[in-house]
Amino acid sequence: MSKFPDLIIAAAALSLTAAPALAETFGLGRVALPEEIAAWDLDVSPDGTGLPAGSGDVLTGDDLFQEKCAVCHGVFAEGSGNWPKLAGGEGTLADKDPLKTVGSYWPYLSTVWDYVHRSMPFGDAQSLSHDEVYAIVAYILYSNDLVDEDFVLSNENFLDVAMPNADGFIIDDRAQTEYPVWRGEPCMTDCKPSVEITMRARVLDVTPEKTSAAAPVTEAAAEAPAAEDKAEDKAEAPAETEVAALDPALVAEGEKVFKKCAACHQVGENAKNRTGPHLNAVFGRVIGGVEDFRYSKGFEAARDEGRVWDQASMAEFLKAPKTFIKGTKMAFAGLKKEDEIQAVEAYLMSFGD
Amino acid sequence: MTDSSNAIKPSRRAFLSGAAAAGAALAATGAQAQAPDPMITEVQPWASGLGDGVDASPYGLPIRHEADVVRRNVEWLTADTISSINFTPIHALDGTITPQGCAFERHHSGAIDMTKADYRLMINGLVDRPLIFTYDDLLRFPRENHVYFCECAANTGMEWAGAQLNGAQFTHGMIHNMEYSGVPLRTLLNEAGLSGDMAGKWIYVEGHDASSNGRSIPMEKALDDVLVAFKANGEALRKEHGYPVRLVVPGWEGNMWIKWLRRVEVMDNAVESREETSKYTDTLADGTSRKWTWVMDAKSVITSPSPQAPIKHGPGPMVISGLAWSGQGAITRVDVSKDGGITWETARLAKPGERMALTRFYLDTTWDGGEMLLQSRAIDETGYVQPTKAQLREVRGENSIYHNNCIQTWHVLPTGEAENVEVS
Repeated sequence: MSKFPDLIIAAAALSLTAAPALAETFGLGRVALPEEIAAWDLDVSPDGTGLPAGSGDVLTGDDLFQEKCAVCHGVFAEGSGNWPKLAGGEGTLADKDPLKTVGSYWPYLSTVWDYVHRSMPFGDAQSLSHDEVYAIVAYILYSNDLVDEDFVLSNENFLDVAMPNADGFIIDDRAQTEYPVWRGEPCMTDCKPSVEITMRARVLDVTPEKTSAAAPVTEAAAEAPAAEDKAEDKAEAPAETEVAALDPALVAEGEKVFKKCAACHQVGENAKNRTGPHLNAVFGRVIGGVEDFRYSKGFEAARDEGRVWDQASMAEFLKAPKTFIKGTKMAFAGLKKEDEIQAVEAYLMSFGD
Repeated sequence: MTDSSNAIKPSRRAFLSGAAAAGAALAATGAQAQAPDPMITEVQPWASGLGDGVDASPYGLPIRHEADVVRRNVEWLTADTISSINFTPIHALDGTITPQGCAFERHHSGAIDMTKADYRLMINGLVDRPLIFTYDDLLRFPRENHVYFCECAANTGMEWAGAQLNGAQFTHGMIHNMEYSGVPLRTLLNEAGLSGDMAGKWIYVEGHDASSNGRSIPMEKALDDVLVAFKANGEALRKEHGYPVRLVVPGWEGNMWIKWLRRVEVMDNAVESREETSKYTDTLADGTSRKWTWVMDAKSVITSPSPQAPIKHGPGPMVISGLAWSGQGAITRVDVSKDGGITWETARLAKPGERMALTRFYLDTTWDGGEMLLQSRAIDETGYVQPTKAQLREVRGENSIYHNNCIQTWHVLPTGEAENVEVS
């Protein structure tokens, strides 16, 4: 019995035991070495297959999470802005707007470990050690009230963790519940007595502007595709001219550190405001001074005082953002190392005007 | 049945008599100029001077007058463009092939820049010989060409709870349709050797990018029509679509079409990765969720007129045009309603429907200048009829996000403007 009702015919036709027409090989490619397979074959399955040895505790995970994850996922894994919420939402799956988190929705813990290990932190994937991944996953479980503060997650006890929504999934049943009902000759005339409009998109007004073909096209906009085509070449130019006055090695180091910032901030050619404001020519700019960015009250106060970003204020901010600007929306915990702060400053200076 | 029943194919005789009638009508409509058209009577610059020489644009882009035919993003949908989606301007296109430059993009950790020289594809797991292929290796296997649509499972996902976005680009633009050139996955799996009993087995596929976007696919599908593609519409894949190599999984949700394909592992079970548990699962009204909902069911939308493509002429002859597709096979028929679903007429398919590819339909009709509630309804070769939003909600509630293939309604006003609405 196939698990996939709709595929039974295809499966039978192919007779899954090595199709005769395919017996021939071409002798192309080369054999993959064990080290190569080990480097890429990282997937972890629900039964624990693929899980490496290691362990991590909640408190270590808390520290790591604040440093590497909280900027997007919030201090308590509750999420920040539109970034994914990892905790909360228990019992909301049947509500109008369910909150789907690791605790309320994810059926397997293996998925969490696998994803954090391979794809997180955003912009710096595959930088975490196995023990760090265990610790971060332990903290996410703790944030969902699934384990206690003294919990230590390891490959040994991994399968003992019960995921609340493990039984919340069914395999695609459209072939039973929908297809038989929606097949058949459809009605062509007098299909219903009357028709009324029950809802209009215009009421919500969430469609991006300037989307219609009828909208006037300015010359500048008309040239945009061509300009964009050359953006790659242009992006290099400002960096090169500025680098003369800056230490190239420090700028390069700063570019690496900036990955921690890049999830929210853009810098360089065509940089735009994202979760955070763009950082072009940030030095010399009034603090909170990007016109079309919505700042926190703390930043607005700094702007009203006329404070300006310089190396000293930037260093202070990067070291402890929430101390420097009370109430900042920036969730980033700050850079602990002095040399990282200097490097990021050098990198940002390479995008000065 | 490959073509629609009331296809308009005028005979020569009908054409001649029709032409005569048109001649008579011309005088009757009074479509007569008050003054000579200066575009005709005056010598225009292009008729006197010179245009661009060859090489002005070694790789051409659309002329600047078409600069509004571009992909668009809905900023509030996602936290950042690096992990986000944009939309194909289907309201402004015709035919079925989507030009790569305006075909929607969906990235989970950004579109990466890799060379063919750096490209490697690994096949491992339950195979006789785990293998590594380079890009050049792939070019030495027998190749196939197929046209397939790629639709994001979340296409129309913002419309579950009500009419929300005003434009076919935004309601239905997470789709593109290209001609792919590549090697059947079964050829590569066979090269690595499938000597065991493959019934019930799976493959796990992942990309080179940081998200890896791993997905599990049942072996039945892997050996059927899955393609390892390196060209689209005759040229290299674009960076944003997985250059140099992507997976093509005909008829199944776009998330499974792994870009920058780096590894195929033959496995006993599904991995249950992030993209097949926390995402791309469909929550029903009672809170349980469907998983492994891979097939994209039959669906259609009128692309013109639509909110971004209003009617710009007065009453009289007009063309209602749209797209239809089904992950279960070929589209056999599309019906159009002008009154919100009370009466329907069968549209003309531009060409017979092709399996798992976009089909263009036209209703060559006459507009009386009044309001219309335009709908289209696709029917595929299995007899499946595209459901109404009410039918979908009855089974699934409003929280499914994915796989919304409901009938779409555009409210056309006497001004020719159109709005996305829901009707009873």
